[in-house]
Amino acid sequence: MAAEIQSSQPEIVHPLDHLIRTDRIPHIWCPGCGIGTVFSACLKAMISSGIDLEKTCMVSGIGCTGRGAGYLNLDSFHTTHGRAIPFATGLKLANPELNVIVFSGDGDLFAIGGNHFIHGARRNVDMTVICVNNLIYGMTGGQVAATTPVNAKTTTTQLGNPDAPFNLPLLAWASGANYVARWTMLHIRKLTACIEKALTRSGFSFIEVLAPCPTNYGRKNKEKSLETLKLYRDRTIIKNNVDPSELDMDFEKEIILGEFVSRERPTCIENYDRTCRIP
Amino acid sequence: MKFLGEPYDTDVIKIAKGRVVIIEERCKGCGYCIEFCPRSVLAFSKGFNKKGYHLPVAQNPNECVNCHYCEIICPEFAIFSEVHTISKL
Amino acid sequence: MRPAVITGEHYITGDEACAEGALAAGCKFFGGYPITPATEIAEHMSKCLPEVGGTFIQMEDEIAAMASIIGASWAGVKSMTSTSGPGFSLMMENIGLAVSTETPCVVVNVQRAGPSTGLPTMGAQGDMMQARWGSHGHYEIIALAPSSAQEMFSQTITAFNLSEKYRTPVLLMADEVIGHMSEKVIIPEAKEIITASRPRPKGEKEGFMPFQPGESGVAPMPSAGDGYKIHVTGLTHDERGYPVMTVEAQAQMMERIVKKIRDNRDDIIMTESYQLDDAEIILVSYGISARTSLSAMNQARALGMKVGFLKLLTIWPFAEEKVRELAKKTRAFITVEINYGQIHLEVMRSSAGMAECHLVGHAGGTVITPEQVLNRIKEVY
Repeated sequence: MAAEIQSSQPEIVHPLDHLIRTDRIPHIWCPGCGIGTVFSACLKAMISSGIDLEKTCMVSGIGCTGRGAGYLNLDSFHTTHGRAIPFATGLKLANPELNVIVFSGDGDLFAIGGNHFIHGARRNVDMTVICVNNLIYGMTGGQVAATTPVNAKTTTTQLGNPDAPFNLPLLAWASGANYVARWTMLHIRKLTACIEKALTRSGFSFIEVLAPCPTNYGRKNKEKSLETLKLYRDRTIIKNNVDPSELDMDFEKEIILGEFVSRERPTCIENYDRTCRIP
Repeated sequence: MKFLGEPYDTDVIKIAKGRVVIIEERCKGCGYCIEFCPRSVLAFSKGFNKKGYHLPVAQNPNECVNCHYCEIICPEFAIFSEVHTISKL
Repeated sequence: MRPAVITGEHYITGDEACAEGALAAGCKFFGGYPITPATEIAEHMSKCLPEVGGTFIQMEDEIAAMASIIGASWAGVKSMTSTSGPGFSLMMENIGLAVSTETPCVVVNVQRAGPSTGLPTMGAQGDMMQARWGSHGHYEIIALAPSSAQEMFSQTITAFNLSEKYRTPVLLMADEVIGHMSEKVIIPEAKEIITASRPRPKGEKEGFMPFQPGESGVAPMPSAGDGYKIHVTGLTHDERGYPVMTVEAQAQMMERIVKKIRDNRDDIIMTESYQLDDAEIILVSYGISARTSLSAMNQARALGMKVGFLKLLTIWPFAEEKVRELAKKTRAFITVEINYGQIHLEVMRSSAGMAECHLVGHAGGTVITPEQVLNRIKEVY
């Protein structure tokens, strides 16, 4: 019978502990869930980007990824399902000095929140939107999402998903986002550098990050989390500046990662100040 | 380390030796650090923590070069690496 | 460039007066969406807010509009939106978020006949119960009802003051008739206008609890970027703002949210009394129907009938104590409202069988005439 490790550990401080509400750790995410890794990459990027952390706030919606805001030891807002982007728009427009990060999931941002995403990108509100895409609605037990692959099994598509998923970078580019990238939670160093870049860029920056959901997506589709990570390692290719229309997700072929859009459209506030304010 | 000829920058290049620190109560036994450590430093321990998860343990601690990969892949903020010593090539 | 307060006499619509009231109260953010008959409020704000250093944005729908004003409020500014029935229904989820997170903001509903698309250009007063109970869960809310363009100005300022003082969304329940009616509005000097702002935290930032009520029963509210590192969530939360999924935390949070309104009813409930002392019939009304009722009362008095009128300026919380007190002395209440009986139910409940309760109402689309009220007075007298 294996023994419980009885060690009285003196207080060990993780390098990121000052940005985490350590009184709420261990967090609620499942063993093998990728959200914690993406969150950790985001924290590292926030530090290395040099932005004023006191003026930085995180807004999230509902879902597993949405719980991220609750663990950040800065001003954070856990809002209603799908409405993180308009909430963040209000924050940013009322106080343009704030650095606003939206950290939410694929269901929250693209199903119920789809319209708000499109308009946030169209207006080019200065914010960084990190979408953890686990291809499913995790928190509610594994229902089909707008990003679920065709034929995948979920609790509301028990015989297989009939619908095609979104191509998120294409949607973001078409709506007007200034910066669009896609990574997986395995490509952490690239992801961290990407988030750092997005945080210092102006305008609407969108980063899609693929992450495993072992408990819901993984179990129903017979994919252990380590297998998902191996897919991320073996079935992806980094090709920057590819046309977003070629970025459909097909795990049978190959998933393209990288930075796809990097432009300098003026931000929402710049446009408003130029057009609507009398100098 | 044996070389055929002495590289010009042996005085400049330093190899870090790292030490892995594990915050036991946070670990959920996902195994990512073990799987993806480029130096195969870690392995699952036989014991488990209060929640019943098998923790990683440094089975080849001398191989650690403080690359921080376990630290950045961990979803739980449960592991990090730090400098142990710095030695010359 | 214009000032926030345009002192003087103006001949403007109720909608415009409402926007002027918001500007006078210090509103600096408007997130809106067009909807008849409230569009003019958004239009006027879009023109004037940038001139007073504020920001206007037309969002993609009412849900986004409501979300944006909550975000703006947490950035530290007074914020508002305006809508009518269909948009009001869409805003309900986020109004619940504002209630739960104790966010000050003002939502104006210029009511039109419903349900559904209804009569977009024609007024009614059918959303009064929705104002009280529209969002899910049990909560308290403050709702005011202006009955003239002048009151659209002054009640909007009151709405902002109450929302800031009690850290709660306040609903301004106007109607299309008041909104589109042009009347004289007197805007006083800026220094005569009393405005209130949310309690701000003082002292240590470390360990500050954003939902720990102070002596007033209301917690001080920091803004994002002030360095207080607050967490705000719609999940049931404790004083730290952290989600806590227990029965005890739910009871504690609900107590805190509900108590601050219930304990301050005397401050929040505003009514006007007209000739109530000897009244055998008391008219109860609000909004445009209050003007109908006042006229009917005067006509009845001229005919020698002892009729009084209780005008409700605050609809929620309901003036229960006042009505109960009056029920002991008077014979009958006649509630006058453009619906099939919503505040009428409250009057019935509050009078506790001590007085008869009648209703003059109809499905909506036009005002109730003083003649209709007078006829009912004659029947009941």
